[in-house]
Amino acid sequence: MKRGFLARFAAVPHIVWSVIFIIAPLLFAFFYAFTDGEGSFTLDNITRLFSGNYPLIFLNSLCLALIATVICLIISYPLAYIMSRMSRRAQSTMMLLIMIPLWMNFLIMTYSWMTLLEDTGIINTILGKIGLNFHMINTPGAVVVGMIFCYLPYMVLPIYSVMAGIDPKLIEASQDLGASSREVLTKVIMPLSLPGVISGITMVFVPQVSTFYISQKLGGGTFQLIGDTIESYFTGVSINYHFGAALSLLLMVLIIISMGVMNRFADPEDMNGRPML
Amino acid sequence: MERKKIVQLKGVCKSYDGEAVLKNIDLDIYDNEFMTILGPSGCGKTTTLRIIGGFEAPDSGEVFFDGVKINDVPPYKRSINTVFQRYALFPHLNVYENVAFGLRVAKVGDEEISQRVKEMLKLVNLSGFEKRHVTTLSGGQQQRVAIARALIMKPRVLLLDEPLGALDLKLRKDMQLELKNIRKQTGITFVYVTHDQEEALSMSDTVVVMNEGEILQVGKPIDIYNEPANAFVADFIGESNIVDGTMPEDFRVKINGHVFECVDKGFAKDEKVDVVIRPEDVDIVAPEKGMLTGKVDTVTFMGVHYEIIIDIDGFKWMIQTTDYAAPDSFVGLYIEPDAFHCMKKSQYSGIFEDYSAYSMEYDLLSENTGEEEEE
Amino acid sequence: MKTASRIYLALVFIFLYAPLAVMILISFNGGESTTVMDGTSLRWYREMLRDGATLQALQNTVVLSISSAVISTILGTFAAMGIHHMRRKALRSAVMTVTNVPMMNPDIVTGISLMLLFVFAGTLLGSETYLSFWTLLIAHITFSLPYVILSILPKFKQMDRNLPEAAMDLGCTPLQSFLKVELPFIAPGILTGLIMAFTLSFDDFVISNFTSGSGFETLTIHIFAMTKKSVKPDIYALSTMIFFVVLVMLLAYNFMTGADERRARREREAKARFLRRLRKETAGKEAA
Repeated sequence: MKRGFLARFAAVPHIVWSVIFIIAPLLFAFFYAFTDGEGSFTLDNITRLFSGNYPLIFLNSLCLALIATVICLIISYPLAYIMSRMSRRAQSTMMLLIMIPLWMNFLIMTYSWMTLLEDTGIINTILGKIGLNFHMINTPGAVVVGMIFCYLPYMVLPIYSVMAGIDPKLIEASQDLGASSREVLTKVIMPLSLPGVISGITMVFVPQVSTFYISQKLGGGTFQLIGDTIESYFTGVSINYHFGAALSLLLMVLIIISMGVMNRFADPEDMNGRPML
Repeated sequence: MERKKIVQLKGVCKSYDGEAVLKNIDLDIYDNEFMTILGPSGCGKTTTLRIIGGFEAPDSGEVFFDGVKINDVPPYKRSINTVFQRYALFPHLNVYENVAFGLRVAKVGDEEISQRVKEMLKLVNLSGFEKRHVTTLSGGQQQRVAIARALIMKPRVLLLDEPLGALDLKLRKDMQLELKNIRKQTGITFVYVTHDQEEALSMSDTVVVMNEGEILQVGKPIDIYNEPANAFVADFIGESNIVDGTMPEDFRVKINGHVFECVDKGFAKDEKVDVVIRPEDVDIVAPEKGMLTGKVDTVTFMGVHYEIIIDIDGFKWMIQTTDYAAPDSFVGLYIEPDAFHCMKKSQYSGIFEDYSAYSMEYDLLSENTGEEEEE
Repeated sequence: MKTASRIYLALVFIFLYAPLAVMILISFNGGESTTVMDGTSLRWYREMLRDGATLQALQNTVVLSISSAVISTILGTFAAMGIHHMRRKALRSAVMTVTNVPMMNPDIVTGISLMLLFVFAGTLLGSETYLSFWTLLIAHITFSLPYVILSILPKFKQMDRNLPEAAMDLGCTPLQSFLKVELPFIAPGILTGLIMAFTLSFDDFVISNFTSGSGFETLTIHIFAMTKKSVKPDIYALSTMIFFVVLVMLLAYNFMTGADERRARREREAKARFLRRLRKETAGKEAA
């Protein structure tokens, strides 16, 4: 039919756009990573990645992101469970309430957390009334808190979404077969909610690994993460596109590997991006 | 009176992914008739319909409309309209706008549209439903809107793709009557596709039986029923006992070692044939008086009649009779000469078994699970 | 169990809303500190609304976000249509994979790779400024596209294949069938995509950071610049204002999409009432 014929070409502008602005830039990053200032091929940028501080920086970033992801999961799972048991109206309200903090400006959010976490900040002021004082700011812990805050909704929503979709008849059937509440949770709900968990981890780990601003402000610059490092080579004082590109490539590779590991547990059909907000 | 051919298919072939879906179809559709294309799922009936409508193009062969070749004519230029299986009503429009859709595209004036929509809705018994949103209608109501929407265009031919499949039994029967009436009233040729043979027999002037991309038989319902062309048609339409036989001479058929009088002729001497005997054409008599004898296997009371499975020489027959026969008793069968129908052997011979694994619900079940039509 | 849940929810929400509360609170600070409240005042709001640079940044962001949203929605609608009609599965999944790259890649990688492209293009063209409004616009369209396509594609899949055929059966040319039947059906997806693209663009920081030149400041870049100097509550006031604008838009959208459901519910009730009346009438006739 002629119509299908024409319609197929409708995607051509998009394909052209993607090639120029998605594929080409990545090729450029690749190109820059393997060349030096004069444009000749070199592996120096790559070898530099494994020298000095850099392996440590990558390790730090991965560890912090891992910790933040796990804590996000621990917090989100019960939350998603509680949400899925609520009435339908309450559920949509809850979804809205969870998403609202996302619309806060990322920079300001960081500053607000500084205000909260500083030695003279709000939390310590309140704790001071009972004679306690925690040093929270400028520690890795503060960075983790920032990461968790930023991405908690992205972990909650997919898990909740999958849980809410579990046929209540399955739960009834398992109870009918003698399962206690705890067993219903561990044997029915947990396995079935796994796709949501995988989705959530994917959506949270990647940005957390590559975050940059949060670590500077909440971590006080005492240690660097990949994001900060990359940023410094592109817009900082010592600009070096080539090495920056190499760092970015390594970051991408690490992410692809992590996602690949994740995928072995996931249903391939679920891996199609973030859910619709 | 010479009947006019309105649509003709000549040598139409179609394949999908290397698989042949239509094999050399020749079909003549006449003016002012109700034609049904009948066959099991995957036989090619919907594809044939879509080719007539212009939604698919044949790989080879020609389609004629009023004698003019229309292979390359797109659907929006054909004087043919379609009622789709799942109605395909436009969800963003109400009933009035759905029915008026084609007229609006044709830029008909508002006054005329209003009048014609009113007429149509009256015809399909949906007066007063103009403002309703189509998503709030029941299946039967949606079906009628789809019919109104197509008929208002005054097509020469109306194509209907299993339109009643999703309705419950009572509603289906009512709609069948309505459709028949509407067709008589409007005089439009209906080309109707279904896998339900009862539907085909009760509604049509002409039935076309298809299987696996081929047309097996074309004829009036009564002819298809009484004189099926081969074992497939015999088995597909109604219940039938199909046994092996030979034709020793004209008007004589030999089955189970006995020769009986029949009304068929024109076969070669001792030619092997498939013999069809319909269950309702068999009478139960005392064993001595019977043409064939056998032992009663099971008896099922169906209200209208008994269905009795009789084992005759190892082959299980099914007969429908108002006489009761006790299970395990010996009975005789009496068959009138014109109840024998002899058919030439074909690729379908021997495929259809006896009634040993018989169950009516099973039959109905397998009919209904064959819902989803091929491309 | 119920109370434990309630407490848990409360704790989580305190965590989620603490920074928000701080932001709003400090924005009304009478004093200049961002950690100590010193009376309440609207002075920061007044300052922000008078600040030329801020207003310019606001205008820039609005222009940018609307342009990016409109262009990516148009591009994305055609893309979704094209992808939906693609016959070969291999090609279709290849296009979808590439489309999803900006979503799966961390923002920072998308940002720097685009920046490298623009720098290269700039040197090639021999221009002095590599980054400008146009590079920013391109970047925004690029990261919005996947979300737009992902909003519209499911609507195509949802649509009964017979629908455009029915339109053509009734006399529409392929173009008319698209405009009269398909477009209304996918319209909700287009709207969702448009709104998502706008809000993503409005709030973006990382990618804008790398792809904008010094001549064109967006609101988030402006805020970032402000944080480089001493931090005062004015930033909080600005952010609070932005936050409420976005919030209102989201709520309005939620309300609008709820309208369809409400209409459907009203119709169902009307139908139920009609049936009840019918039954009463027939019962009445039988009694007579």
